[in-house]
Amino acid sequence: MAASSRAQVLRLYRALLRESQRFSGYNYRTYAIRRIRDAFRENKSIKDSEKIEELVNKAKENLEIIHRQVTIGQMYATQKLVIENPGNT
Amino acid sequence: SRQQVADLIGADPREIIFTSGATESNNMAIKGVARFYKSRKKHIITTQTEHKCVLDSCRSLEAEGFQITYLPVQKNGLIDLKELEAAFQPDTSLVSVMAVNNEIGVKQPIRDIGEICRARQVFFHTDAAQAVGKIPLDVNDLKIDLMSISGHKIYGPKGVGAIYVRRRPRVRLEPLQSGGGQERGLRSGTVPTPLAVGLGAACEVAQEEMESLGAIAHLVSAACTSASLEPSYVLRAIGADEDLAHSSIRFGIGRFTTEEEIDYTVQKCIQHVKRLREMSPLWEMVQDGIDLKSIKWSQH
Repeated sequence: MAASSRAQVLRLYRALLRESQRFSGYNYRTYAIRRIRDAFRENKSIKDSEKIEELVNKAKENLEIIHRQVTIGQMYATQKLVIENPGNT
Repeated sequence: SRQQVADLIGADPREIIFTSGATESNNMAIKGVARFYKSRKKHIITTQTEHKCVLDSCRSLEAEGFQITYLPVQKNGLIDLKELEAAFQPDTSLVSVMAVNNEIGVKQPIRDIGEICRARQVFFHTDAAQAVGKIPLDVNDLKIDLMSISGHKIYGPKGVGAIYVRRRPRVRLEPLQSGGGQERGLRSGTVPTPLAVGLGAACEVAQEEMESLGAIAHLVSAACTSASLEPSYVLRAIGADEDLAHSSIRFGIGRFTTEEEIDYTVQKCIQHVKRLREMSPLWEMVQDGIDLKSIKWSQH
């Protein structure tokens, strides 16, 4: 299998962020976005292709987890938190 | 799942027993060890700031004829190691000290306690519900013999936990639950597979999060204690005045807490305190320099 290209990694990154935006739960949404950014930033200098492959696979798994949880969350959505309403703080 | 839990604390998977939660694990550890060795050992040492389930387990053992020493804590919430050493008796079977307190967040000197217990060949149990996944806990490095783990405290499912029971040197305990012999005979009952899988996954995630956090200190989030009008016994133990203990509010911060939420909560707190103070005659007195403790309240 060909090594993951920079373009592929970036596609994954964008897909993860896009999917995370769909979380109806404030805390899950903010955590996912923050965590994705931190993880990609932390690993941006990795050169070893095996390690990159491993991380890409983990990212793909996480994308599926997020997708599942977003879907379930939307089925059982609750009210917005007070902090999500504009005009607070 | 067993391996995932074991990896988080540096244990062997055979040393992990699934339970219904840290409350059951604590009950198992304290009552189980005490009762197994009761023919020769009838003394247990614990602290005044332990979780209710630990204190209650100890109290029920007292009714069975055991003797318990409840070590006091200093103003900083930590036990005095000298007092711990002095508390040992020839018939002490167990020391139980929680790793991180759920109400005030202090970390007990687990490493030192482990050394002291190992030197005296007394089993050391720690309720690590609040600590697991937040601070590194290696049962061999810290000389821990029994450890209670809570599922929902590490963002796993509610209704599941685990207890670590050392095999070398072997810790024996009398099971609380009799039955089909599951979990090495120590905890009969069908293991709830979905919950165990959830706990394992939570442990794995916790390990990854801990590694990526590095040296950042984490404020622990906690929530236990039933609704009661009594002030917190933990706050009383660290010497807080009655009125302070009665009027305290606990804010929990965890993996999913955002800066915005903290800022918002702080703002609201300030706003409401100001509002309440405007209404309070006591506040007026404080501003006039009167010491509230010197007030003689008249009877009605």
